[in-house]
Amino acid sequence: MKMLAFANRNTKEILRDPLNLFFGLGFPLVLLLLLSAIQANIPVALFEIQHLVPGIAVFGLSFMTLFSATLIAKDRGSSLLQRLYTTPLTPLDFILGYTLPLLPLSLLQSTVCYLVALLLGLDLTPNILLAILFILPVSLLFVALGLLFGSVLRDKQVGGVCGALLTNLSAWLSGIWFDLELVGGAFQKIAYALPFVHAVELERAALSGELAALWPHLWWVLGYGVTAFIAAVLLFLAQMKRQ
Amino acid sequence: MNAIEIRQLTKRYGDTVAVDGLCLSVKRGEIFSLLGVNGAGKTTTIKMLTGLTAPTAGDALLLGKSICEEPAAARSLIAVSPQETAVAPGLSVRENLALICGVHGLRGEEKNARLRALTARLGLDGVLDRRAGRLSGGWQRRLSIAMALISDPQILFLDEPTLGLDVLARSELWDLIRALRGEVTVILTTHYMEEAEALSDRIAILRDGRLLCCDSAENIKKTAGTDRFEEAFVRIVKGVVQ
Repeated sequence: MKMLAFANRNTKEILRDPLNLFFGLGFPLVLLLLLSAIQANIPVALFEIQHLVPGIAVFGLSFMTLFSATLIAKDRGSSLLQRLYTTPLTPLDFILGYTLPLLPLSLLQSTVCYLVALLLGLDLTPNILLAILFILPVSLLFVALGLLFGSVLRDKQVGGVCGALLTNLSAWLSGIWFDLELVGGAFQKIAYALPFVHAVELERAALSGELAALWPHLWWVLGYGVTAFIAAVLLFLAQMKRQ
Repeated sequence: MNAIEIRQLTKRYGDTVAVDGLCLSVKRGEIFSLLGVNGAGKTTTIKMLTGLTAPTAGDALLLGKSICEEPAAARSLIAVSPQETAVAPGLSVRENLALICGVHGLRGEEKNARLRALTARLGLDGVLDRRAGRLSGGWQRRLSIAMALISDPQILFLDEPTLGLDVLARSELWDLIRALRGEVTVILTTHYMEEAEALSDRIAILRDGRLLCCDSAENIKKTAGTDRFEEAFVRIVKGVVQ
């Protein structure tokens, strides 16, 4: 299929950038190892692996947004997209070609996170598979954000918005490192109005096998994900028309 | 049938007229250059012919297919090698060519045969497994043209194909473009007068979106009363010669 040829190219471009491999895979693992080491040396339960790994798995996905947005923005800045716009590829081929490669990469990233967490003491239960499965709707959200930012920003702006702003938002407003109730007030309300904390709690519920606790968070994640995806498609098509 | 028939092609951006009622025809197998100073309408004309932007008025037929009525059919006949080097930098030369084969739906033996033929024709054998982003400018342009030729286009648009290349790389690309004469209709835009003169069967000179003249380099020089093509171009664009 024509779309798969394009998706294959995008996968290779992402995987062949050593910085992508470091931030996509290495950085979340470094965090996991570092915080687990801290936990081993403090008397309070701050970074217990059962609580930490779902958050790290979600945080790692913010780099998928960065990879996707950077690739699209760079392609827009070069003449490659212009060349491809004159080929039989349809707008749907472009959108799927940019989106699909990130989904297996997200699954792979989360799987590696959970495997390393097993080595760090996470209980081996079937719920790990459930947690990896529920990373898919979360990755849809982050990949859609990548398509959205890549469609409107230049590649240098992507570094600032996705590399700095989004990773910080998804780090601080997600309850990965601390309980949001400890801060409370407007901070907590804003955090719960955004999808990141819901993504983390969705993963935590899946990992602990609390199926009833999944749904409210899943709807938040899907709601934001679908909205971001629709907005991203419209913005991508608009820039395609402009080019 | 002509390769290209342009009929009153017009493009407006707000109050600005980028291309103003352009009428032209290009014969099959010709190497045809579009010349003009910046803002003359060359790139906008190419963008309309390649389906990247819609005309405000008028039409163009590419081997009989209207760019307005049958854009997909018209697009299937063409290929573009854009001004900047349009290659995937993280992919090898072989993978870049395979990407374009893939998006054109070429597979299996057809794909392999096309790759072998183009690789040999453009002398890419020695760099097939090198990353495109690490090639010199000349080799990247060569790859860019190879990617444009993969779909076996009837009409090839080359936008500033030798911009920024050294003398040797330019000379090699000229040989490559000359070798396409009679086989593919080539539409070339360039700022280099000597390039247009050396390569083109005919040259169209544009200014402010309008066609000033369209003829062979020799006839343009005769009309302008000079034996230097660059001087002829300047005289025509400045309106010294009508």
